Amino acid sequence: MDAVLKMVAQRLALGLLTLFVVSLIIFASVEMLPGDVAEEILGQSATPETVAALRRDLGLDRPAHIRYFEWLGDMAQGDFGRSLANKREITELLGTRLWNTLFLAGYAAVIAVPLSLALGILAALYRNSLYDRLVNSATLTSISFPEFFVAYIMIAIFAVSWRWFPAIVNVTAETPLDERLYKAFLPAIVLTMVITAHMMRMTRAAIINLMASPYIEMARLKGLTRRRIILHHALPNALAPIINVIALNLAYLVVGVVVVEVVFVYPGLGQLIIDSVTKRDIPVVQACSLIFALTYILLNLLADILSILSNPRLLHPR
Amino acid sequence: MAVTSDTPRRSPARAVKLLRESPWSARFGMAVILVYVVAALFAPAIAPYGETEIVGAEYEVWSEQFPIGTDNLGRDMLSRVIYGARNTVGIAFLTTLLAFLIGSIAGLLAATLRGWVDQLLGRTVDVLMAIPSLIFALLILTIVGTSVINMIVVIAVLDSTRVFRLTRAVSMNVVVMDFVESARLRGEGLWWIMRQEILPNIAAPLVAEFGLRFCFVFLTISALSFLGLGIQPPTADWGSMVRDNATLISYGDITPMIPAAAIALLTVGVNFVVDWFLHKTSGLKE
Repeated sequence: MDAVLKMVAQRLALGLLTLFVVSLIIFASVEMLPGDVAEEILGQSATPETVAALRRDLGLDRPAHIRYFEWLGDMAQGDFGRSLANKREITELLGTRLWNTLFLAGYAAVIAVPLSLALGILAALYRNSLYDRLVNSATLTSISFPEFFVAYIMIAIFAVSWRWFPAIVNVTAETPLDERLYKAFLPAIVLTMVITAHMMRMTRAAIINLMASPYIEMARLKGLTRRRIILHHALPNALAPIINVIALNLAYLVVGVVVVEVVFVYPGLGQLIIDSVTKRDIPVVQACSLIFALTYILLNLLADILSILSNPRLLHPR
Repeated sequence: MAVTSDTPRRSPARAVKLLRESPWSARFGMAVILVYVVAALFAPAIAPYGETEIVGAEYEVWSEQFPIGTDNLGRDMLSRVIYGARNTVGIAFLTTLLAFLIGSIAGLLAATLRGWVDQLLGRTVDVLMAIPSLIFALLILTIVGTSVINMIVVIAVLDSTRVFRLTRAVSMNVVVMDFVESARLRGEGLWWIMRQEILPNIAAPLVAEFGLRFCFVFLTISALSFLGLGIQPPTADWGSMVRDNATLISYGDITPMIPAAAIALLTVGVNFVVDWFLHKTSGLKE
């Protein structure tokens, strides 16, 4: 147990270090701007005096490292500053949107994870059968499709032709859960299709890989059924790579929502970051990037820790 | 003489035999790629109208004159789809090439020199990969502004991290071989060792990776263009064509799906070919 705690602490420290470097990059990238935020706000017609005044207002005349630590401190306390475009508090902008994005990603994950595990195990069970080949081609195809293509196919079929689900997902903080689930169904399905393919292929590959090992051969020689071999002998050992790929896909999911949110006009973080990039609203883009990066790093960290826990051999690297 | 250069020569007869044995999926993929290359090279000759030429009213329906209608500004859709092969695929190809140039040279350097060069490059790549690449691309594009050149450079640099990892990992196995050691003792330069001794031995995984990376870059660029942050108008580009004409979908018109399908078809084709290639090369090794 001691070794496990030590490992978790090590990974956490590493994650924090990564996060620190990432925040440094996000901050420094703005410093590399030709000119600075003050000039960006005032535009080209500004006089040098007004630029200098605004710079003093925003505290831009102080050295970069001091501003960095202040910025980091504010961020850590949940104060992201103000948007350049509409002067609103960014924290206020982020609140419901972050929740919406997490809801959508969680919704997709709840459908995708069991589905892809089942499909993957079945494909390994009936390897090289018609089912296996069919699923294989289908997943390869769906990996190749741009997200917006899948999204528009869904809209064309389910929202325009059959009118089962809305094409535009307008949820607010007051929308009740059942209505929210119904409205967000199409975007969740699109995301599911995008990540299921990858997870399913990895599950299948992980199990098939193990099937070649001697202890599986032993189990087979003992006369166990194929199903028992896969579920009781192969699956527990295949868990590490499977958990890893699930966590990685969840990390991808949080980022992959960007395009899907734009297609469905879903009020989430993805929409916000795209709008802000178009308007060059730098503080908002910084805040969103930091949140995305944080989620991504956390999920990767989780993947690391879980895969080590499920495979104790990894605790003692040679 | 490098010991490594005796890779089996690919005679035309062998290539024909290989093609004859290929599965239908790989053949389909190769046919698709061929069609796209032809469309990209001879776009002006094939397309009925010019790339940015306004030839009719907005959103005209499919007709004899405009086989798949016109777009939001009254430009011929079919012509723009054909020109898109040149622009979208061309830019994605260039970006992948640049990513490979950066990634493989850095990877080879890290594997050959080891020591602090390896550490420095490795840690830099670790940090770059810790941020989701789409988000990183968005952040950089906000700062430097959205233009095609910026996008190519940003995506190429971000994508080169994966190439770096692969190149470094596979060349590590080659660097320790005797023939590399003997080349070092002969006094060959760094560049010679990388190019003549290591590169030929890691070519197969790199080629397969090129296909996969191309798909990835192609999809990323299409997504960025679809979001309005990639290839800018009036250049005909599949991602932005979908975005510009997306309103049609809510009226039950599937025209905007055609450029999206063009993207999907090429990616499927490349994936099929890469799948076959991987199967082939890994099969030969075993």
